[in-house]
Amino acid sequence: MLNYTLRRLMFTIPTLLLISFIIFLILDLAPNDPTGNLPLTIPPEVREKIRASLGLDAPMFVRYLLWCNQFFINEPLNMLYEGFNWCIGDCENRLRVTSWSTRSPVVDLIIERLPQTLWVIGMSYVVGILIAVPIGVISAYKQYSWFDQAGTFVSMIGFSVPTFFTGVLLIVVFSVMIPNDSWFWLPSIYDTTHVVTGLDSAGEWHFSTLWSNLSFQFRQMLMPVMVLALYNAAQISRFMRASMLDNLSQDYVRTARAKGLKEKTVLLVHVLRNSMIPVVTVIALGVPQIFGGAIITEQIFKVNGLGQLLIVGIQGADIPLVQTLTFLFAVLIVIFNLIADVLYGLLDPRIRYE
Amino acid sequence: MLDARATILDVANLKTIFNTRDGEVHAVNHVSFSLAPGELLGIVGESGSGKSVTMMSLLKLLPMPPAEITDGSITFDGRNVRAMSDEELRKVRGAEIGFIFQDPMTSLNPVFTIGFQIMEPLRLHMRMSKKAARTRAAELLELVGIPDPVARLKDFPHQFSGGMRQRVMIAIALACDPKVLIADEPTTALDVTIQAQILELIKDLRQKMGMAIIWITHDLGVIAEIADRVAVMYAGQIVEHAEVTELFRNPQHPYTRALLETLPDISGSRAKRLMSIDGQPPNLSKAPSSCEFAPRCRHVFDRCRTENPQRRDITNNHDVACWWDASTGEPADV
Ligand SMILES: Nc1ncnc2c1ncn2[C@@H]1O[C@H](COP(=O)(O)OP(=O)(O)OP(=O)(O)O)[C@@H](O)[C@H]1O
Ligand SMILES: [Mg+2]
Repeated sequence: MLNYTLRRLMFTIPTLLLISFIIFLILDLAPNDPTGNLPLTIPPEVREKIRASLGLDAPMFVRYLLWCNQFFINEPLNMLYEGFNWCIGDCENRLRVTSWSTRSPVVDLIIERLPQTLWVIGMSYVVGILIAVPIGVISAYKQYSWFDQAGTFVSMIGFSVPTFFTGVLLIVVFSVMIPNDSWFWLPSIYDTTHVVTGLDSAGEWHFSTLWSNLSFQFRQMLMPVMVLALYNAAQISRFMRASMLDNLSQDYVRTARAKGLKEKTVLLVHVLRNSMIPVVTVIALGVPQIFGGAIITEQIFKVNGLGQLLIVGIQGADIPLVQTLTFLFAVLIVIFNLIADVLYGLLDPRIRYE
Repeated sequence: MLDARATILDVANLKTIFNTRDGEVHAVNHVSFSLAPGELLGIVGESGSGKSVTMMSLLKLLPMPPAEITDGSITFDGRNVRAMSDEELRKVRGAEIGFIFQDPMTSLNPVFTIGFQIMEPLRLHMRMSKKAARTRAAELLELVGIPDPVARLKDFPHQFSGGMRQRVMIAIALACDPKVLIADEPTTALDVTIQAQILELIKDLRQKMGMAIIWITHDLGVIAEIADRVAVMYAGQIVEHAEVTELFRNPQHPYTRALLETLPDISGSRAKRLMSIDGQPPNLSKAPSSCEFAPRCRHVFDRCRTENPQRRDITNNHDVACWWDASTGEPADV
């Protein structure tokens, strides 16, 4: 197993290099111009100079190698330097991948945005799974009951209605229609600067301050998390249900009952353990997608996470930012594919990777 | 039919229906039989004759719905099984009545070790500690003839061959020393040599442990080898029932006679064709109102098409449900 994982990891290196090149190629072919947003009064010669200063006059191939050098060599070295104070080479003046519009290193921008995305989007995925698994199990066990029918209906809605619709709908209901002194009112804009702490403005610790900060954080997360959780839960609960149904009709279930096991044991030990195998794979494969799917939701609720960073980067033709972010999404996809395969092998004893 | 000897399991007038979307399926129609402690009752009948459904009805192992037990009484060890709660039933399943199923390839859970699966009923019904259960599981594997039992407890089902898996299933069924073992075509999915080994194993275990066995099969040859008594099923009914030598010597029902003729005869001339019974298996969509075998019967006469024959005694311990009398070759005088 370890062998297999290591071999697969080695294969990911050429794959990722190829992906990074293709992303670079596509971005280069796209008709975008980092000076496009500048005032029209700036004369063409100046624009040319600005472009040259960004390195855009060099051939595409050279620019790609430069990016590779910055991303694959300089960034890791810089991490060593900043994280562990290990200095290799010229540490102070190392050229990092730098955003054209903000002039700050892209990796720093990403690290700054990551917590919001992980909190909101990651939480929604976890909530989605926690909702989906029991619903899938019960729907399958009580197939065609009213619970199953209702579950089917809700997940059909959750699956087919896009998040930008449910998101706006929730905002209209909970932020606009409900008066904002009501207990049910929820903020439509996610406040990233909000810190959950027990210290008040005078620097004293109060439990009530902590509590009100916490509840504010909870309220502002509620809508974006629910919108995405509904979408994720809809998908995963269907998988869970189908997988449970597959297994419930297997012979080994009859054997388990014939042994006199409790219905709970039959369902939650024998059937669930088998049913989780494909579902866990689907969950693992879905992790990278949550970053992509979150782009729209982050936009709606003004969560300034990675999704929003990407959108802003695309609008400003900030090629290094877009290139790096897109590549990191690709890395996530490749890694989670590997994780899904490894998990499959761990969960199913019949599978042996040699 | 019932005499004074002790019975461990008594089934009377059992009726099971499936309520499917396409209407009812009358899978078991007023089946009665009894089993004495230590006895081996063979049940034969063609595919779809309701053998499995009958046995699974006993302990409500059928999916309900669609299955529904509409009539009959089941007495196990002096207790009324049909009146038992789910909880009481669970305590009988696996503890007092063990089951072996047809297909060993799919009957074991693929993601748990053999050890775990054998230990489960031990821990549940006999309240054994983990350690005691493991020791006992290894003993059971040894008993059913699996070499190196302690090491094999850690193996998964896919690491065993079909015959070995069926041995494991037998070990699970026998784990709690049941009073009755129900074996539903335990050898049908296995090749002939393995089949013979499993038969030997069961004969041997029966001597050692003394449980009563119900053995379901298509194969009269197997019945001849191991059974004490035989019940022949057709269309969800028992059409003939006798001690094994009596049945082979003096078959009454035209269906039994046809079944016996389909057996290839080793001493017979080689040119003789393998026999089969002509005609379609019966339609089970309604309760039988005439003899279900009539359309395929070579001795059929008018009464067979209007009245469903009830089981009548021929001699002691031999009864048949047929309007035709095999001894005279004429309609029976009932
Ligand atoms: N879940 C079900 N729903 C509807 N009908 C069923 C169901 N299970 C069994 N039956 C029907 O009940 C009848 C008896 O089936 P059963 O499985 O008892 O036959 P069998 O004698 O065991 O056959 P085999 O030798 O092939 O195992 C068949 O006609 C079958 O179609
Ligand atoms: Mg069967």
